[in-house]
Amino acid sequence: MIAIPLSHILILASILFVIGFIGVITRKNTLFILMSLEVMLNAVGVAFIGAGSAWQQADGQVMFILILTLAAAEVALGLALLIQMQRRFKSLDIDNLSKLKG
Amino acid sequence: MISTFIQLNPLQLTFYSAALLAIVASLKVITGKNTVHALLYLVVSLLAVAVCFYLMGAPFAAGLEVIVYAGAILILFVFAIMMFGLGQDETLHAPNIDGSKVNKFNLWFGPFLLALLLLIELVYAINSGEVQAKLTSNTIDAKQVGMLLYGPYLLAVEIASFLLLAGLIGGYHFAKPEGVGLDRKKDLGEHG
Repeated sequence: MIAIPLSHILILASILFVIGFIGVITRKNTLFILMSLEVMLNAVGVAFIGAGSAWQQADGQVMFILILTLAAAEVALGLALLIQMQRRFKSLDIDNLSKLKG
Repeated sequence: MISTFIQLNPLQLTFYSAALLAIVASLKVITGKNTVHALLYLVVSLLAVAVCFYLMGAPFAAGLEVIVYAGAILILFVFAIMMFGLGQDETLHAPNIDGSKVNKFNLWFGPFLLALLLLIELVYAINSGEVQAKLTSNTIDAKQVGMLLYGPYLLAVEIASFLLLAGLIGGYHFAKPEGVGLDRKKDLGEHG
């Protein structure tokens, strides 16, 4: 039997997720938006691990590993796009991206 | 309120304080002014979540969190910040209270304090027999994870490898300097 109730783990996960989401929608610096995305992905990982340990199954950790690879690919692409953005606009302000045209 | 706090066993107490540290560090990440300092708080937040994983009975996931998240992904962020050159002058714009010495002290004090609290917690959790007795009863070790990962989830692992390859190629393509590989025809025309 697990010592920590699943509901508390899920509360922690949702608090972290909401903190990350607030960061994504309020910050203007794109680098901070990426960091907040990391916090959100991490919160999802907490929920998976908590559920996995509540049911004593390893599936939660498998899902966490998949989230980890997703986060790695996302950060690599996001930072590469940020480098392009810094090169073109000389700033990381997200509002600059409204000037994009195809 | 205080009586319920005392009734908690050491494992729960350690878990809740690590969770509190994670929340505080995440709040500092999204409210930070300086990118490098926000990154430091992000590292502390990930380490706090890793301690939570350990106390939830997932030591393998805790290790992965420290190695891959705090070790590899955050290093990517550091490299990107170095390329942007944001680290040079940003501390000059930070509010300067009492000369540079005090200011510098304030800058690293927050992450240092949070990380120190985490270290104390982790040492306590490893050292305390009561916590260890509770942990060993419901630990999911790396062997079980590996059996699942290369059994029923094999297709997901293959798809994840595609994703990483796409990330690699996309990162190379986007971060290339302007014009490299785009106007090769023109270059050839000039030289030949």
